[in-house]
Amino acid sequence: MADLQWPPAANRHLIGKSISRIDGPWKSSGTAKYSYDMNPPGLLYAKMVTSPYAHAKITAIDTSAAEHAPGVHAVHLFTAVGKEVTCEGQEVAAVAADTEEQAEDAARLVRVEYDELPYLVADTDPTHAGAGNFRQNSEETQGNPTQGFQQAEVVSEGEYGLPVITHCCMESHGSVAQWDGDKLNVWLSTQNVSGQGGEYAQGLSNAGINFSASNLHVDCQVMGGGFGSKFSADTWGVAAAVLAKKAGRPVKLMLDRNVELLVAGCRPSMHGKIRVGAKRDGTLVAWESQSWGTGGVRGFGVPPIPYIFDIPNYSRTHANVLTNIGAARAWRAPNHPQMCYLTMTALEDLAAKLGMDPLDFFLKNIALTGERADYYKQELQQAAEMIGWKQKWHPRGDKTPGSIKRGLGLSIHTWGGAGHQGFCRTTIHPDGSVEVATGSQDLGTGTRTVIGIVAAETLGLPLEGVQVEIGDTKYPPDGASGGSSTVGGVTSSTRVAATDALNQLLAKVAPSLGTTPDKLEAAQGQIRVIGDPSKAISWKQACAKMGATPIVAQGQGGSRGPGRALISAGVGGAQMAEVSVDVDTGVVRMEKMVAVQDCGLVIDSKTAESQVFGACIMGTCYALHEEKIMDQQTGTCLNPNMEFYKLGGIDDIGDIVVHFMTDPMYENRGVIGLGEPPVVSPGAAISNAVANAIGVRVPELPMTPDRVLAALGKGGQA
Amino acid sequence: MPDQDERHDSPESEGSDGEAGSDQKPSKGFSRRQFIKGTGLAVSASVFATEGLLKAAAPDQAGAGVEGPGAVKVQLRINGQLRQLQVEPRVTLLDALRNRLDMTGAKKVCDRASCGACTVILDGRPVYSCTVLAIDAQGKSIETIEGLAPKGTLHPVSQAFVDNDAQQCGFCTPGFVMAVKAYLDKHPHPTADEVKASLNGNLCRCGTYMGVRQAVLEAATKMTRKGGRA
Ligand code: FES
Ligand code: FES
Repeated sequence: MADLQWPPAANRHLIGKSISRIDGPWKSSGTAKYSYDMNPPGLLYAKMVTSPYAHAKITAIDTSAAEHAPGVHAVHLFTAVGKEVTCEGQEVAAVAADTEEQAEDAARLVRVEYDELPYLVADTDPTHAGAGNFRQNSEETQGNPTQGFQQAEVVSEGEYGLPVITHCCMESHGSVAQWDGDKLNVWLSTQNVSGQGGEYAQGLSNAGINFSASNLHVDCQVMGGGFGSKFSADTWGVAAAVLAKKAGRPVKLMLDRNVELLVAGCRPSMHGKIRVGAKRDGTLVAWESQSWGTGGVRGFGVPPIPYIFDIPNYSRTHANVLTNIGAARAWRAPNHPQMCYLTMTALEDLAAKLGMDPLDFFLKNIALTGERADYYKQELQQAAEMIGWKQKWHPRGDKTPGSIKRGLGLSIHTWGGAGHQGFCRTTIHPDGSVEVATGSQDLGTGTRTVIGIVAAETLGLPLEGVQVEIGDTKYPPDGASGGSSTVGGVTSSTRVAATDALNQLLAKVAPSLGTTPDKLEAAQGQIRVIGDPSKAISWKQACAKMGATPIVAQGQGGSRGPGRALISAGVGGAQMAEVSVDVDTGVVRMEKMVAVQDCGLVIDSKTAESQVFGACIMGTCYALHEEKIMDQQTGTCLNPNMEFYKLGGIDDIGDIVVHFMTDPMYENRGVIGLGEPPVVSPGAAISNAVANAIGVRVPELPMTPDRVLAALGKGGQA
Repeated sequence: MPDQDERHDSPESEGSDGEAGSDQKPSKGFSRRQFIKGTGLAVSASVFATEGLLKAAAPDQAGAGVEGPGAVKVQLRINGQLRQLQVEPRVTLLDALRNRLDMTGAKKVCDRASCGACTVILDGRPVYSCTVLAIDAQGKSIETIEGLAPKGTLHPVSQAFVDNDAQQCGFCTPGFVMAVKAYLDKHPHPTADEVKASLNGNLCRCGTYMGVRQAVLEAATKMTRKGGRA
């Protein structure tokens, strides 16, 4: 009988190796079809009409000119006269026409009148928010903060913050919708293929269309990035279906880039006034913070700080500033980059004030990190060795002559990453071919590849021996790809299903090998007797013995399935950054980052490394470039485009070195998700490196030249 | 994995496209052509390094007869094949490829010359096809990713992207591959620093730049070892 547990390191042929993603050729040849690329015959193009105001009441809508415009087949209203819009870019109407140009022209003919209402779009200071826009969400204390600060011999005080940024997925949000009688087919760019039925049923029923979720077919073979912003089909997903119904033709509705940046992506801001105190020897004793942030008109919850370090005495408050901007969406590791940035920068400032090397300071207090203290300690030491911390680190302010100053910074982070619940079906056919199918999705993680690796490893086949199918509701449902849950989810469901299928096969084959199934194993393309490889038959011969009916097994993944021991949750990571800062121009360059990460059992070291590279790059972008700039005068966003919503290019990124902690102590935990944790630390690590280089904190991200020069104006190494 | 659809090769896409009749509508208000004329300088002043953009965006025939605003006949030479279509003069090369010819390798991401996802090669130079009008691409040789390698094979650049995991979601990838292809055609022996400087006009949100750098160097080595361009 095949064992469900992960094979020990010595017996792994595929798991943990460096394997190219199996859908790579499809993507890099340009033949992969994304939702945006679907052009079914008779396709109509839809364009949206959105609010130009941050807050207004709709007093009139007239779509008659648009309806009669050339090429127009259907018009849909997202809202109604008398209703309010609460941010710029909010959806009002959509028009579907024969060509994209006709749809654009017709959308311009929709007349909407508004009464403007008071708005708030700036979040930098809650004292200006006014009672209506200010929500004090929490007030917490631990220990005795007053006494803690009395014990503290050194206290550091500062203000830190990071702005709202957006998701800016390269493939915008949207879908192509096509009706076939009562059945609805959608090519939806989504992180949640299997979880759309309820939303479509509700949305279509609201639009007066009778629809049952069982008639929904979602197809998403590839999708161009989500990062937490594409769980829902959204109003525009439902609108495509409504327009398609009205027109009797398929409809493509993809958000224009400006709308995507305005309403379809928002990582909440966070700002804080922080005091933190330690004894002269570096022992942390007290923390006090007043923090606030915005995630749109509904707020976004309470991110607790200090992050990771459980300082014995603290008092903290957090407020949501309710602003008229596009609502918060989960952004890769929701809340963690913000909490990490505010905490690790304040701690590094304290270390500087103590005259301590921050690495020594972090290690001195490592016990405060709790159950994962050993992980953090090893990871910090590993990272320090890789970046040459002891050789390169200097006290604040690089004394080297000239305008280029260099510095080192560090940070640690954590994340859960438990595999989600989902189902996988493994089918072994009499000709020996194998199909593994689950209604999951690939956000760029390499979902197909890890499924293929696990199935092939389990069945003793080469990777090419299994065909992987995902991205379609015709397969067993899988969970949404959020919270770094996918790899744990699909590898556990695949392992369960493939093991079950294999055991069925072993039972059929055992008599012909004159033994019992428990004495058999699948390895190297054979079914063979354990410990006696001479007694073996090929995989193909074995499968020929099953008769005409394929073997089918369904496996449940996640922490409630039989494979719960295959996965776990809770990771640590340490990152160190080396930067150079030109103190004449204020330009910061990330020269090098070292990312040390644990994530349990690594399935594919190549795509895992890519995840960490990508996270460090995304993190460098929010540390140095990205900001959704809101103008309180007009209530509008000043950079809803990719010229001025800045992402770093290939030349803006330095060297990145990744190291996975794979000792048995880490690996024996099974598979843990990886997509999110490494994006948490870069903002803090890079900010700390800049402070180390120039001798003064740049308190707000992104560290654009103006902010660097302003900080230098207040002191430092200019 | 689904079939690798290559519908652009189908014979029915020769000649005028099916939407020609519905594409006759006069354009009202803001025209794409005026926009591109008006912002040519701003575009050239941006930091992106993809060559040939400004050249392609600038109208070749200032003062020539006015075309449009209704649909006009356009003839494009794409991957060596002549294609006829009827589009309004404001239609970009990107929209002509994607919406009229179902050649969807080039992606629409920013639609205003910021990201490179729509990169195609025009007369040997990489351009942002979202910022070239289809009518202005007439008489030029247009290379798209669909024509990069014979069906069922991979161009060495595409192969190097696979081998070095230079793609995650893959949405930026076809644009990158075309930019790299155009670059290596002219600079077969780049250094690592030159690779970085020359590809800064393509953006990737997933953060695949580490793999891209390796892929370009590896593709360069393999292509020159083979004794010529692929
Ligand atoms: S879509 Fe053309 S440059 Fe971005
Ligand atoms: S691979 Fe996703 S945007 Fe580049």
